[in-house]
Amino acid sequence: MSMPYYVAPEQVMKDRAEYAQKGIARGRSLVATTYDTGIAIVAENPSRSLHKISEIYDRIAFGGVGKYNEYDQLRVAGVRHADTKGYAYSREDVDARSLANLYAQYLGNVFTHEMKPLEVEILVAELGDGESPNQLYHIAYEGTITDEDRFAVLGGDAETITERVAAAWQGDWDMAAALKAAAEALAGPDRTLAAGDLEVATLSRGNGRRTFLRIEEPELAQLLA
Amino acid sequence: MALPLFPPESDPGPDFVGLLRMTAGRADPPARLEAGASVQVPHGTTVVALRYADGIVMAGDRRATAGNIIAHHAMEKVFPADRHSAVAIAGTAGMAVEMVRLFQVQLEHYEKVEGSVLSLEGKANQLAQMVRQHLPMAMQGLAVVPLFAGYDTARGVGRIFNYDVTGGHYEDTDFQATGSGGRDARNTIKLGWREGLSRDEAVDLAIQSLYEAADEDSATGGPDPVRGIYPLIAVVDAQGYQPVPEAEVAERFGALIAGKQAERAQ
Repeated sequence: MSMPYYVAPEQVMKDRAEYAQKGIARGRSLVATTYDTGIAIVAENPSRSLHKISEIYDRIAFGGVGKYNEYDQLRVAGVRHADTKGYAYSREDVDARSLANLYAQYLGNVFTHEMKPLEVEILVAELGDGESPNQLYHIAYEGTITDEDRFAVLGGDAETITERVAAAWQGDWDMAAALKAAAEALAGPDRTLAAGDLEVATLSRGNGRRTFLRIEEPELAQLLA
Repeated sequence: MALPLFPPESDPGPDFVGLLRMTAGRADPPARLEAGASVQVPHGTTVVALRYADGIVMAGDRRATAGNIIAHHAMEKVFPADRHSAVAIAGTAGMAVEMVRLFQVQLEHYEKVEGSVLSLEGKANQLAQMVRQHLPMAMQGLAVVPLFAGYDTARGVGRIFNYDVTGGHYEDTDFQATGSGGRDARNTIKLGWREGLSRDEAVDLAIQSLYEAADEDSATGGPDPVRGIYPLIAVVDAQGYQPVPEAEVAERFGALIAGKQAERAQ
């Protein structure tokens, strides 16, 4: 009878985490920040059709970094969750917190039970109304969930980008200032990112019921100038 | 509630109705009625749509009837389907309103999942499928017949689609009306319609058609200045769905009635 090799659980988890981190680090990063009338999400993404940022519901947006097919599947699941919930109850009953929890549970489950962890990090952003504040939920590949009310950075190079955003961040800046700072933080000191290298969307009060709005190239170039 | 994830071979795609079926979030259809039984449930009545130079105008009276009883004085029968289209309903009120709600979610769901908006034709076909699925209920007297119209952003024109209870849908190039007072309303529009109407002329024609329908059909509500209830009117053009403000509708009705009184006084 052959004995299976014993591998310590610590080693298994460490290997999986390393694998996921490597996968995420291969992709480009994403910054989400609040500004005076909304939330701006900026991702380094040269593609115009394979989105990292998408609409989930009236006041909720999704951001993903890492492996496209994996986070896109999670995005669609989020839209489905929100739409069925809003249809069964009411539009007001759809909130980011419950969706973020579902993502965290799912990612955590896959990380511990499946062969391969998902190589993604997820952002669920919710625009506050008068009473509730803006919420940014950052969910890591192993299901760790953190909530931020100022800004969030996702991706391989998160630590250095976080430092740069933190240094520039202001509570009452307008959209143009927030976008410029986010683009500079993503680029770093050695390069500049043009409008064509970025994917940008906002959740903004004043956009009507569906607050999600993509900011496309000609307008984005003006805002970054 | 778990995260709604599906294996690739059974993924419902952008179909919201299919998703509801798979997640069992939708209640089963109500039990069959006994043969010959008739239920008195609220019915919505007259809705009209007509094309003008920049898009379409859609209007509906506000009355719902159950037999000879007026069930609601201020029912809404004209709804935005999405940014560039509108849907109006005639028939069993409860089911029609639910169908519209599902249709609205379906269009938005498709747009979010696919990342692109359905074509106007695609939206009209989606609604046809919903009406067709409702056919068993329609055969028992609980029919829903919508009217769908919108601005076709690809072609740059307003288009109108008319439905029957089997889900058959027919495109009408100029105007259409449905519901119990639909015939009178349609005849009124027929006499006043011409190519290239302005927005104001089209809104006035819609108002006149509902007035004439209410004059001939007891189930169609006319303007109600006592309660301040006027038909619901919406315009859809390249800018999207815009409801006509109630004050404007009231003013136009006032002008129509003043004109009629002046005619009689002569």
